[in-house]
Amino acid sequence: MSGVLGFTVLTLCVIGVLAAVVLYVVAQKFKVYEDPRIDDVERMLPGANCGGCGYPGCRGLADALVKNDDISTLYCSAGGAETMQKIAAYLGKTAAEQEPQVAVVRCSGSCDKRPRTNIYDGASSCAVEAALYGGETGCSYGCLGKGDCVAACQFGALSIDPATGLPVVDEALCTACGACVAACPKRIIELRKKGIKGRRVYVGCVNRDKGAVARKACAVSCIGCGKCVRTCPFEAITLSENLAYIDADKCKLCRKCVAECPQGSILAVNFPQPRPEKKTQEAACDAPSA
Amino acid sequence: MKGFSKGGIHAPEYKISSRKAVVSLPLPEIAVVPLSQHIGAPAVPCVSKGDTVRTGQVIATAAGFVSSNIHAPVSGTVIAVDATPDAGGMRKPSVSIRTDGDVWMDGIDRSDTLVEECRLSKQEIVDKIKEAGIVGMGGATFPTHVKLSVPAGKKAECLIINGVECEPFLTADHRIMLEKGEQIVAGIEILIRALEVPRAYIGIENNKPDAIEHMERLCASRPHIEVVPLRVRYPQGGEKQLIEAVTGREVPSGGLPIDTGAVVQNVGTALAVYEAVQKNKPLIERVVTVTGKALAEPANLKVRIGTPIRSLIEFCGGLPQDAGKVINGGPMMGRAVANLDAPVTKGTSGILIIRQKGAVRKPALSCIKCAKCVGVCPMGLEPYLLSKLSQRARYDELEALKITDCIECGSCSYTCPSYLPLLDYIRLGKAETLRRIRSRKNPEK
Repeated sequence: MSGVLGFTVLTLCVIGVLAAVVLYVVAQKFKVYEDPRIDDVERMLPGANCGGCGYPGCRGLADALVKNDDISTLYCSAGGAETMQKIAAYLGKTAAEQEPQVAVVRCSGSCDKRPRTNIYDGASSCAVEAALYGGETGCSYGCLGKGDCVAACQFGALSIDPATGLPVVDEALCTACGACVAACPKRIIELRKKGIKGRRVYVGCVNRDKGAVARKACAVSCIGCGKCVRTCPFEAITLSENLAYIDADKCKLCRKCVAECPQGSILAVNFPQPRPEKKTQEAACDAPSA
Repeated sequence: MKGFSKGGIHAPEYKISSRKAVVSLPLPEIAVVPLSQHIGAPAVPCVSKGDTVRTGQVIATAAGFVSSNIHAPVSGTVIAVDATPDAGGMRKPSVSIRTDGDVWMDGIDRSDTLVEECRLSKQEIVDKIKEAGIVGMGGATFPTHVKLSVPAGKKAECLIINGVECEPFLTADHRIMLEKGEQIVAGIEILIRALEVPRAYIGIENNKPDAIEHMERLCASRPHIEVVPLRVRYPQGGEKQLIEAVTGREVPSGGLPIDTGAVVQNVGTALAVYEAVQKNKPLIERVVTVTGKALAEPANLKVRIGTPIRSLIEFCGGLPQDAGKVINGGPMMGRAVANLDAPVTKGTSGILIIRQKGAVRKPALSCIKCAKCVGVCPMGLEPYLLSKLSQRARYDELEALKITDCIECGSCSYTCPSYLPLLDYIRLGKAETLRRIRSRKNPEK
């Protein structure tokens, strides 16, 4: 009996040793050298794999950061400037300087401002709804409120406000990865400069219809009157296709346009006195149709 | 009895307006004529605000080969060349004309005399059809002159006339076969001449025995035109399904109907071709079925293009109290109308009013893997899988699973016991997959 046992153990040992030798030889022969710095850089990155940098995950960006000599075009929006500085110092390269950005929802057409004209009861997806028709209100440019952006956000920074039916960005959580910008079929969300103390002035509307049509559809739509363009002392506002746009680089946050806008569609956020923008909690939306 | 082999459904037919003769609707006060009523490039307007136009005058010219001319459906003054909301609420370029009578262009023969003899050459016929702005009247609105220009290397062997009308409720094609049978046959002869094919078939589902009998009688002296009664099955009116039902040949995946040697035209198109070639009449009106269980007076109306949908409904007794949804087209493939002031276009085959009860979708449950959708798919696809992969944006797999073969008939969504919006997502995935294929072919675009 012990002979059989001894033989079995011995055979297994021999097979084990042989396999180890074969594996060692193969491992040496087909060894792929990988820069150990890639692992280190990957550890420094946030590890969210959000794809905001344009690479498939953090490993992809780490690989590019190590292999490229010039890393000025590479940027991790989730990690921000701090992370980039740290990595640049570690690699001995110069990191890109980029001002922190944040996602901005350019639609203020809450349900009390933008009356419903029909009810959508198809698949609960903005992409499906946008492919079918103009949406539940008279504005065919505005937010559909089905939350494709919320589903796209990996950082939990977006949520649909049940009172307004519009997405709300949590500035503390938003990393400006751009996933929501790509997910929105109406192209409402824009990445804008976060601004000093988070202060921003922007047009909260993307409606390109003529003034009369836009106003009929929504009480806070941009009607393309051009008052803001004439008011702005810094030539930061441009008007095209009946829609005003504020260039964040030129805007000095004077807020003259906000007071001038007859529709109240220019929004100023995080300024000391709260603007009327935050007061849209009055009427609750109709319950979304099941 | 002939029919297509794979899948399909048989929904309740509700052809409640099939005994109503076609009635002409009064002219609209303002006709809003969209510039994109066809597949392909939108037409380019050639009139401007303030111009006076006559009925049948060209108001927009085709922009390219796959495009179509647009004609004034009424006579009057052009009051706007701008964008107006379509049935879905999206603003589309259009020409608005304020009607002040009905003065037709010279040279259009409006009499009812049947002109059968056609001595025009193949090219002359195609040119006339192109000039008259004729598109597929079944609803797909593909420009007819493109279909008649068989690409080099391919050969048309037969013409199939689509009188199937497989959508429940719709009866427009049924009525014109009964009332305009002679003209349709004359149109078929013209199409045969244009395509130089030896044979033509008229496919009609056997829920229209009177139309089958009528067309058979008219074709009795014409051995080269055969009426093919078909078993009732949706989506038999689909081009690929009809070719298979009539000829037994299957259109290859990714191929065109011409690969089987067949060219399919709708009966309405055949009628429009007759009127264009023999009477010089452009496509400015069509027959629309206005129907619905709650509607007071379901009817088949002869309507000028550009008439608001609202006035069709009002003519038929107005919007019923418990109306839940108005659909442009049939219940299977039609689209809900968000804006009743949107105009009738070349592709509007019906206006269907659904009651509140039937208008709301039931809440979606989970897929129980019953494979009913697989069983009914006439293209042999796997709808549950395509829908799921579309939601997850896995386009490579979708392409491998032939999502681009989907004809969007909606049989899967209709049959799903869990009320899943299968087609909604498949359509989304199909559009994106097609976009990817296109950008791969022309990387610069």
